[in-house]
Amino acid sequence: MQEFTGLIYLIAAVCFIMALRGLSHPETARSGLMYGMVGMALAIATTLFSDVITSYIPIIAGVAVGGGIGAMIAKKIEMTALPQLMAAFHSLVGLAAVFVAGAAFYDPAAFNIGEPGALKISSLIEMGLGAAIGAITFTGSLIAWGKLQGTISGKPLVYPMQHQINMGLGVAAIVLIGIFCMTQSPLIFWLIVLAALALGVLLIVPIGGADMPVIVSMLNSYSGWAAAGIGFTLQNPLLIVTGALVGASGAILSYIMCKGMNRSLLNVILGGFGGDDAAAGAAADMGDRSAKLGAAEDAAYILKNAGKVIIVPGYGMAVAQAQHALREMADLLKSEGVDVKYAIHPVAGRMPGHMNVLLAEANVPYDEVFEQEDINRDFSQTDVVYVVGANDITNPAAKKDPSSPIYGMPVLDVENAKTVLFVKRSLGSGYAGIDNPLFYQDNTMMLLGDAKKMTEDIIKAME
Amino acid sequence: MANTNENVVREAEAISDRILELAAQVEHLTRENAALLAGTDHGGFLVTALTIFILSCFVGYYVVWRVTPALHSPLMGITNAISSVIIVGAILAAGGALNGVSGMMGFIAVVLASINIFGGFIITRRMLSMFKKKQ
Repeated sequence: MQEFTGLIYLIAAVCFIMALRGLSHPETARSGLMYGMVGMALAIATTLFSDVITSYIPIIAGVAVGGGIGAMIAKKIEMTALPQLMAAFHSLVGLAAVFVAGAAFYDPAAFNIGEPGALKISSLIEMGLGAAIGAITFTGSLIAWGKLQGTISGKPLVYPMQHQINMGLGVAAIVLIGIFCMTQSPLIFWLIVLAALALGVLLIVPIGGADMPVIVSMLNSYSGWAAAGIGFTLQNPLLIVTGALVGASGAILSYIMCKGMNRSLLNVILGGFGGDDAAAGAAADMGDRSAKLGAAEDAAYILKNAGKVIIVPGYGMAVAQAQHALREMADLLKSEGVDVKYAIHPVAGRMPGHMNVLLAEANVPYDEVFEQEDINRDFSQTDVVYVVGANDITNPAAKKDPSSPIYGMPVLDVENAKTVLFVKRSLGSGYAGIDNPLFYQDNTMMLLGDAKKMTEDIIKAME
Repeated sequence: MANTNENVVREAEAISDRILELAAQVEHLTRENAALLAGTDHGGFLVTALTIFILSCFVGYYVVWRVTPALHSPLMGITNAISSVIIVGAILAAGGALNGVSGMMGFIAVVLASINIFGGFIITRRMLSMFKKKQ
C-alpha cells in the first residue's frame, strides 16, 4: 500500500512539473493547468485511502467549506484586484503550513514520525522551520495584501533601529528552535510561531507600494519553502518536490522583478524606497522647464495620422480600469490602417505579468503584446507612443542621469518615437518619487486626466 | 522397522512444524524491520529527502525560466494552487489524529488549503481563458 501511494505521489509530482512546463506558451498553458488539477486530484485521492484515517467527516466538511469559499472568490474577483488576491492566497498557504506543523507536533503518530515527547531532533528542526516560514508568509502576505488593497498605506513605514529589531527577532526565532529541539515543549513551539508572525509584519511594513511585485513574488517563493519544510517534517516526497518547484518559481520571479528595477533583492527587502509623492512633485514643478499640454482632440488627430503606434500601459491603467477603452481605441486606429502594438515593462503593475492579464481581459490578442527586450528597438521607427498610467518605466533619466535614484534601471526608450502622448493625472512624479524629464521634451504632449476618461475622450474625438 | 519408520515420520513432522514456526517468526521480524526502516529511521530519509529537494529545485529553475513573461500571473496562480498540496498533511491530521488539538488544526488547514486549491486553479483558468490570438 505504501509503495502504491508513493508511486501515485510520483505521478502527481510529474503532473505538477508538466503544469509549469505548459506555461511556456499561451497555446499549451491550458493543458498545463489540466495537468496541475489532475496532479492535485491524484494526491488528495491517494491520501484519502491512507489507513491512518478513521473519520472522513472533517475532511469532506473542510474541503466543501474551503472549496466553496475559494471558488466563489476566484469567480467574482475583478482582474484588477489580482495582486492582492495572490497575496491573500499566499497568506493562507502560510497559515495552513503552521497548522499542519502544529498538528504533526501534537500527534506525530498520525504521520508515522514518532511519539509525542520523543521526536527526533531532525523532525523537530523541520517542524520549527516549517512553522516559522509558514508564519512569516502568513503575516507578511497579510501586510502585502493590505498595502495592495489600500487598507494600509502603501508608503514605507520606517522607524529607528528597524533592521536591528528584525535581526533580533530572527535570531530569537532560531534560538527558540534550538530550545524547542531540547525541550519539545508546546509553549516553545508557539513562541517560535509568535516570533515569526511578528517578523512577517515587520519585514513587509517598510516596503513601498511600487516594490510590491517583488514582495508578492518573494512571498510566493516563501509559501513554496514552507510547503517543502512541511514535506521534510512529514517525510512526504510529493510535498518536497512541489515546495521546491514553487519556491524556485517565486525566487525566479523575484529576480526578474529586481532586475527590471535594477535593484538587489536585499535593497528591496531593506525597504524605505519611494517616499512622499506630493513633496517630490512640488519640488519637480519648480524649474523653468514647461511641459506642453494637449487636449483629447489633439491626441486623436495625431494618433489618426500615425503609421505606427505603440501603447505603453502601467499601473495607472489598472487603477483607472482603462484597458477596455484602450482596446477600443486600438481597434479604431487599426480600422484606419494604423499599426498598433503594446509594450510591457517587466515591473509594470503590481505583480509579474499584471498588464498582460489586464490586456487579455480586454480582448487584446497576445501576439500584439511585446516584452521590453523585443520591442525596445522599435520605438525609433514609431510615430506615436501612447503612455498610459506608466511613469518611472519610461524615465530617460534612468539612462542618462547617474544621480537619479533609478539610474541603471532598464526603461522603455519611448523618447525615441516621433511623438509621445503621455496620459497622467497631474505633473507630479511617479511612485519612486522621481521627476521625469520626458514631460518637458519637445516631442512630448501631456494629456492631463484620468486614464480611462482621457482614452474615451480620444475615442469620441476620433469618431 | 515399522516402528522406526513411524518415528522418522513423526520427527519429520516435528521438524517441518518447527520450520514453519521459524518462517513465521522471520516474516514477522522482517515486517517489524521494514516498519522500523520506513517509519522511524529518519536519518536515512533526511538524505533521500535532501536529494529529492535539491534536484527538484533544479527542475523548477529550468522549467520556470522557460515560462513566457506574458504568463507570469497565471504562473503565480498555478504555483499558489499546487503549493497547497500540504492539504495531504492536513487530511491525515483532520481524519486520523487521535489528539483533539491536532484534529482541529488539521481541519482548519484542510479548509485553508482547499480555498487555495479551488481559488488558485479557478482564477488561473479565468486568466488563461482570456489569452487569445489575433483572429
